[in-house]
Amino acid sequence: MHGPAAKLDEDFAAKKKSNLGLILFFIYLLIYSGFVFIGLYNPELFGEHVLGKQNLAIVYGFGLIILAIVMGFVYNLMCTSIEIKMNKK
Amino acid sequence: MIYDASVMAVIIFIIFVGAVLALSFYFAGKTKSAASYYAAGGQIHWGVNGIAFAGDYLSAASFLGICGMIAYSGYDGFLYSIGYLAGWVVALFIVAEPLKRLGKFTFTDALDSRFNSKSIKLTASISTLIVSVFYLIPQMVGAGDLVVPLLGLPHWAGVMIVGSIVILIVATAGMTSTTYVQFIKGSLLIIFSTILTIYILSNGLKLPSADKGHIFTELDAVISDGKVTGTTDPAYIFKNSYDIDKNLTFVKFEKENITQWFKLNKESGKLSEVLFVSTAEDGKKLYNGEPKEAKKFFQVGHLSKIIVDGKEVDQTGAVGPFEFLSDIEQSEVVRFAKKDIKEEKTTVWYQNPTQGKKMVTPGLMYKVSSKAGATFWDKMNFVSLMLALFLGTSALPHILIRYYTVPSQRAARKSTIVAIAAIGFFYILTLYMGLGASINGVLDVESSNMSGPLLAKYFGVGLFSIISAIAFATVLGTVAGLIVASSGAIAHDFMDKYLDMKMDDKAKVKAGKYAALGVGVFAIILGILFKGMNVSFLVGLAFAVAASANLPAILFLLFWEKTTAKGISWSIITGISSSVFIILLSPTMYEKYGIDRALAPIPLDNPGIISIPLAAIVLVIVSLMTQKDNSSKVENYHLGK
Repeated sequence: MHGPAAKLDEDFAAKKKSNLGLILFFIYLLIYSGFVFIGLYNPELFGEHVLGKQNLAIVYGFGLIILAIVMGFVYNLMCTSIEIKMNKK
Repeated sequence: MIYDASVMAVIIFIIFVGAVLALSFYFAGKTKSAASYYAAGGQIHWGVNGIAFAGDYLSAASFLGICGMIAYSGYDGFLYSIGYLAGWVVALFIVAEPLKRLGKFTFTDALDSRFNSKSIKLTASISTLIVSVFYLIPQMVGAGDLVVPLLGLPHWAGVMIVGSIVILIVATAGMTSTTYVQFIKGSLLIIFSTILTIYILSNGLKLPSADKGHIFTELDAVISDGKVTGTTDPAYIFKNSYDIDKNLTFVKFEKENITQWFKLNKESGKLSEVLFVSTAEDGKKLYNGEPKEAKKFFQVGHLSKIIVDGKEVDQTGAVGPFEFLSDIEQSEVVRFAKKDIKEEKTTVWYQNPTQGKKMVTPGLMYKVSSKAGATFWDKMNFVSLMLALFLGTSALPHILIRYYTVPSQRAARKSTIVAIAAIGFFYILTLYMGLGASINGVLDVESSNMSGPLLAKYFGVGLFSIISAIAFATVLGTVAGLIVASSGAIAHDFMDKYLDMKMDDKAKVKAGKYAALGVGVFAIILGILFKGMNVSFLVGLAFAVAASANLPAILFLLFWEKTTAKGISWSIITGISSSVFIILLSPTMYEKYGIDRALAPIPLDNPGIISIPLAAIVLVIVSLMTQKDNSSKVENYHLGK
């Protein structure tokens, strides 16, 4: 059978981290789908100014990129705390 | 377009390529084992690996393709940036840690971890190969495009140079050198793209001037009975006029025995100069009526009107990042549209003044608004692209193998976050670089891929040389990663595991190197054949094939206990065959075959919306039909067990 390239310790936090990942994934998916749905059903909305002189397309597009970065950092912080708690020897 | 090679560009290029090769030879001495060749020994620091991820991911498609697409089609190119980055969310939250836990060297190892199945080894290795080849094509096309202005060489020579150097890199040191090449290149790409963006913002918005680019000639048309019969300027001798449709008329003139084409503006009665390429009777191509060497085929893309706070101005001066976008939104950008005049064996690119508002909202390339005449299939193309980009990242073999180069699951996670931050920042810059290219008269209508580097040239040959050398190293690094993934699929998955050739470590590395050579040569041939296509569009197809072939298999393996080996294999086969089949019958490929795109039997350019769900459905049905196989599975690696 196969095994990892580097030897790994058993991870008791795997299940909890996986559930957290799934929740965050679905939150992002929902927001990403919102962008696609506007594109499909009301693309004119993208031209509306929503933040100062910036239109919705710019704000939503930049927002999706920045949100991914922020959620990544939050996920890492939460995973690290779960690992410290559950992988204590 | 014809370009002069600059000495500085050639020197910087040679230094870069030399440094990359030196690094490879340095690591070659350290690469003895298969673990070192295929997975850099699993000991790369997460920070280095994160930036190397960015290096892998920010391929020719990102810098060359997206910038070009934004320059030509505005915000629609930025959709790729959004989708490519969103794909990393799937990688981080769902795939990174479990994959690290399940695999050894390749993506096939991870898929096969529960089953030890011959059919998974075969189908997953074939899938890795096909996806990597699809991804290799745009990289090679981009490499060819780059050397044209950089070294003044023809496209095919660029493809050959990249192919040969990469084969040398991969065949010497494998994943370790590839990782460090990607790390250096990823860092430099982000730093210099930031510098380029600062230049764009400092330059602000300007109307074109004679010292910076070409000022297009305008003539007054003489019209009788609704037909153009000449112009008021006696230097131009009328030859012919063609009504392409009710809004589009092109007129052919001769001035000093040289052909010139103009487009009629029906409202104003003015004739506007166009760019054109025609084939002469002796078969020679003429650019704006003269041989290529006469350099009459100029760069284009400019602002025809600048409006700031309701007032028309000639220039804005330096602007902030948000001001730049809102100023473009209020102004008018002249894009260039392409049309063939078959009777004259001529292709023209005519001025297409576009409201700035349209440049910063979707719709110029992917028609989405019913009011603008979007059909059901137009909308499906948009959804299909967004779906393929979202799901494709976590299914790319050359990205997945990077999880095996770090020592732990935590390092896999952290390196993904570093990658997301670096890549996200770069993708925000793409909007500025693309729009900057569209308004500063730098576009080469024959190759949208060169928009970013040519914009750098506008600000100085030094910046152009560095940016182009980095872009070339970008291609080198990504191609190297893809070839490592492909050679792993052939030597490790297929020969060693599927054919059970029982190779020792040394033989496995040797087989990998020969496989790298074979895939490299194949990639060179494809890179030459696909010349002229936008690299980001091609990568979009690679994402669709990857997402269809691999992602349902990975997700169901991780989250559905009833998944069987046969389910995975049939899902991979369905995903690959359906996505490739749809691509081959798509409008864009029909155009490539020289057939009218309207005749394509499947009106979708991106297959994801059909092939991804189809692969998932097949996996579920086959798994449910083969449940008895699961009773004999060797180990259960399922999450939390």
